[in-house]
Amino acid sequence: MLCNICQSKDATVHFTKIVEGKMHKVDLCKACAKDKGIDDPSGFSLADVVIGLGASVAIEKSDPESDGRCSQCGFSHTDFKKTGRLGCPDCYKTFQKGLETMLKTMHKGVLHVGKVPFTLKKSRDFTIKIEKLEVALDKAVGEEQFEQAAVFRDEINDLKKKLEKVSVN
Amino acid sequence: MQVREFLSVPSDNFRKDGPHINIVMSSRVRLARNLAGEPFPGWAKKSQRIASLKKIRPSVEAISHMKNGFSDTMDNLNSLEKQVLVERHLISKEHASKGRGSGIVLNKQQNICVLINEEDHLRIQVLKPGLQLKEAWKQIDALDTNLEKKLKYSFDSELGYLTACPTNLGTGIRVSAMLHLPGLVLSEQVNQVISAVNKLGLAVRGIYGEGSEALGNVFQVSNQMTLGETEKEIVDRINKVLQQIIEHEENARETLLENKPNMVFHQIGRAYGVLSNSYIISSKETMNLLSFMRLGVELEIFGNLDRSLVDELFVATQPAHLQKNLTEKLSAEERDLLRAEILRDKFKGIEPPDPSRLKPVESENETENEEEN
Repeated sequence: MLCNICQSKDATVHFTKIVEGKMHKVDLCKACAKDKGIDDPSGFSLADVVIGLGASVAIEKSDPESDGRCSQCGFSHTDFKKTGRLGCPDCYKTFQKGLETMLKTMHKGVLHVGKVPFTLKKSRDFTIKIEKLEVALDKAVGEEQFEQAAVFRDEINDLKKKLEKVSVN
Repeated sequence: MQVREFLSVPSDNFRKDGPHINIVMSSRVRLARNLAGEPFPGWAKKSQRIASLKKIRPSVEAISHMKNGFSDTMDNLNSLEKQVLVERHLISKEHASKGRGSGIVLNKQQNICVLINEEDHLRIQVLKPGLQLKEAWKQIDALDTNLEKKLKYSFDSELGYLTACPTNLGTGIRVSAMLHLPGLVLSEQVNQVISAVNKLGLAVRGIYGEGSEALGNVFQVSNQMTLGETEKEIVDRINKVLQQIIEHEENARETLLENKPNMVFHQIGRAYGVLSNSYIISSKETMNLLSFMRLGVELEIFGNLDRSLVDELFVATQPAHLQKNLTEKLSAEERDLLRAEILRDKFKGIEPPDPSRLKPVESENETENEEEN
């Protein structure tokens, strides 16, 4: 069994904490256990307990230029340590660096592949179609097939109008 | 309409049938959604929460499914009413602690429930009896698509739906089923099953969700990962695992009947005896005994006991439900008296379990014959 934090050394310290009747098990190597002050369980932050060990450390790695606070809502990584939750959608950008490692261990992947809001999906579809047609248009012009190129141009203009409509909504 | 009045017609909900209802008590799918450009409820100021509630609530109420439903703000509900909603699995304990700036919208059939300003701006949930995760996902997907026409969600093309807690990020989906596993508990296999399920990245919890005990041999299984997989993949994966747990539970029940039939009959007979003759009984003991009554129903050794009565009592004997129709608050001792009285009354006409009704050998021969054919 590998250490939950460094993921490289063998875990020899096994720590169990019960919070509100819920059991949290943690397996660490000797070095990481000492680093986390495992002999002082009160030193654990709630974020670590809620989300998993290393969460509060990870978020501190975030961009130091942001002053550790989200410019949009004023949320700080200390707040995250306390609550295990973020302040606003923009926090995901503010704390992006730190969150990345956390998300990797927490989820199957770091890229969303599920449902996309309908309006967004439409505009996405339109954008992809337009991009494809623009390539085709360039090719047609290059080959001096102007009749074909004109058809592509009209289609592109049509799609662009549609895209505008969707975006407005 | 008062929530009390609204919830006073529960029995229909318990009469519902669904696939594998003998083991899967209910299926649930929940989506977490947030408004774009606004702080999450936990970090928002009270005035911001009140404003977002004002924005969200009419849009939810306007969905056709929610017609003739119940809708209110949390500060309008007293603690007893909130507790009743928790006992019905309609709101979380966290939501019950909310006041001004949070709300609930519930449909008439009490199987679609939207929590406003819990951890996220919106928590949409759909409940179905038995194993119906795919159906629940289909319904909630349509509801969500409907809502998104009116509300601008916070969505990132890489991270998906942005949620207050990174554990819900991406799809924002939590798929869960409530399982009744007396066979696995009695045969002491349940811990093995739980650890196997945990290894597959799924969580197993007690009857009232996070941090609750597995009372009445009821367990909740749910996904933990929400990012990097499609909703369908998540639903399919948990569905497969549930099918296996169902199989294990069925095998455990069969094996128990073969090897320790008297122990099984003893548990059921004892549960019947205690529940129909007690004068003081706690809610914990009641749930654990009701579990064996339900097992008795599944084994068909009761002549005139319906599963719906057992399932109804699972909820009706909970502390807040006992007090729902009373104006005064009862002490724990008074509740234990009242609970026993209700149980005696409900089980009055129920015949004792009779193991001779059981026909395990016959059914086994049947399956063997089928295989031979």
